Amino acid sequence: MSTDYKPQSAVAKWIDKRLPLITLFNGHLMQYPTPKNLNYWWTFGGILTFCLVTQIITGLVLAMHYIADADLAFSSVEHIMRDVNYGWLLRYIHANGASMFFIAVYIHMARSLFYGSYKEPRELIWIIGVFIFLLMIATAFMGYVLPWGQMSFWGATVITNLFSAIPVFGESITNWLWGGYSVGSPLLTRFFTLHYLLPFLIFGLVILHVWALHVPGNNNPEGIDVVQGSQDTVPFHPHYVVKDVFALLVFMIIFAGFVFFTPNLLGHTDNYIQANPLQTPEHIVPEWYFLPFYAILRAIPDKLGGVIMMVSAIAILAFLPWLDTSKVRSAKYRPLFKQFYWIFLANFLLLGYLGAQPAEGIYVIISRIATIYYFVHFIIILPVLGFVEKTKPLPKSISEPVLSEKERAAKAATATA
Amino acid sequence: MSDSKPVTRRNFLYISTAAFSAAGAAAIGVPLVSQMNPDASVKALASTEVDVSTIVPGQSITVLWRGKPVFIRRRTEAEITEAKEVKIEDLPDPEIDDNRVQNPEWLVMVGICTHLGCIPLGNKGDYNGWFCPCHGSHYDTSGRIRKGPAPTNLEIPDYVFLDDNTIKIG
Repeated sequence: MSTDYKPQSAVAKWIDKRLPLITLFNGHLMQYPTPKNLNYWWTFGGILTFCLVTQIITGLVLAMHYIADADLAFSSVEHIMRDVNYGWLLRYIHANGASMFFIAVYIHMARSLFYGSYKEPRELIWIIGVFIFLLMIATAFMGYVLPWGQMSFWGATVITNLFSAIPVFGESITNWLWGGYSVGSPLLTRFFTLHYLLPFLIFGLVILHVWALHVPGNNNPEGIDVVQGSQDTVPFHPHYVVKDVFALLVFMIIFAGFVFFTPNLLGHTDNYIQANPLQTPEHIVPEWYFLPFYAILRAIPDKLGGVIMMVSAIAILAFLPWLDTSKVRSAKYRPLFKQFYWIFLANFLLLGYLGAQPAEGIYVIISRIATIYYFVHFIIILPVLGFVEKTKPLPKSISEPVLSEKERAAKAATATA
Repeated sequence: MSDSKPVTRRNFLYISTAAFSAAGAAAIGVPLVSQMNPDASVKALASTEVDVSTIVPGQSITVLWRGKPVFIRRRTEAEITEAKEVKIEDLPDPEIDDNRVQNPEWLVMVGICTHLGCIPLGNKGDYNGWFCPCHGSHYDTSGRIRKGPAPTNLEIPDYVFLDDNTIKIG
């Protein structure tokens, strides 16, 4: 990023000459030209950064009190809740923080899907994002195992058993993952290690994600290219810093609402029962943010097939830039896509509902239909739409749609004059 | 290779350096990967002896072996007959009852659903055997999968009758 920033003080000059950190921050967090029409759906990138930092800080202090051992883990979590100063607060922030993180990431992804932010030239930003999402899933899953309650234990059992579906090597892979013949202490300690490590890898990917974003610049609700340095853009600071902070404050109010008024709403009561390897709970339900993918896993009446479909449901996202054949980015100018977008979203929420229901009767049948539709959206609807859809004419600039007739005429007059 | 450049000593050095580095990296990978496998203390707990003298027909117990539950069921005559009369074509994972027991009265098997590792509930399901509540697999009175997503029958561990009343598993 080119920047006309010049360090003023002697100290700043001295540092900047040796390591241009100040110039870097100035270019990317202050002057960075941003389309002037970004709406509130664009504030979730900042919110997600806040979530990541919150999880790392609260996680770090929880790790000072937690004991990763099958005999001690459950009571150490209770120790955090009852004895450690503010332990209840830190743990509730961390546990609800995971849910808030996923709410934000799903909205962030839904925004990209609606406004076509994954399209050329932003494919890599999107693909790095899919990898961040994958790491988030792994981190959240392993974190949920640490309290060593019934849901922790049986969730870990079911998910690690997914690997046993691999032909031939399945059993040796699961024994290797477990460090034994069943889920136990060795698995808990390695999950703790990885749960500690992965957020830092996510942080690294976030830097790449933002770096890749700052090459072409932000997409925008119109989905058209902005002219860099023209009146289409405004500096990131103060315009979007203020907008992001306002959105973040609203988000934090909701976050605090969960933490202080209903901290266990998103959890499962069975996880307050210590892990018992001899008794499986009636219904094993993953955390809410995994439910759509869990529904896909259960919809397939075959072990290996179910695992393949569940993994594909996430992996297919990485191919989205090429599956969507339309050149028009924003759904605002794609009348057909817009309808299919909302159907897709409703179908995804339906899968989430089905993932929480018992795997029997009508639920299984609806799960199968919803699973098929999920893939049909990506494999058939999106590629075909690009060829058959008649898109609306794109505006010439991001200012045009908000101008009145009179202003538009005036502008056209000056342009031709 | 007719029109390619001649092989120089430098090419040889590049290739042998790369090969040695790759072999070295792989050798370092062995302990790093292997440390995650079951360790000596886990393997040492590999067998369990169980006294079954107090179990009456129709009753079953669950014991822990290698951290896994093992069902030991003393089957009733009706259950044995039912298990034997099933047509082999009706089984997703065909196996006759005789191959799953040493003594038809005693059914010993690992109590872990072969789907994703939950513990099936006894005396339940459509085939009077076991039913897994997680994803709905039904097993019969011989622990064979009959309906649902599980791919194989419940696993039979290695075991021996040390005498009439003692089973050694593992």
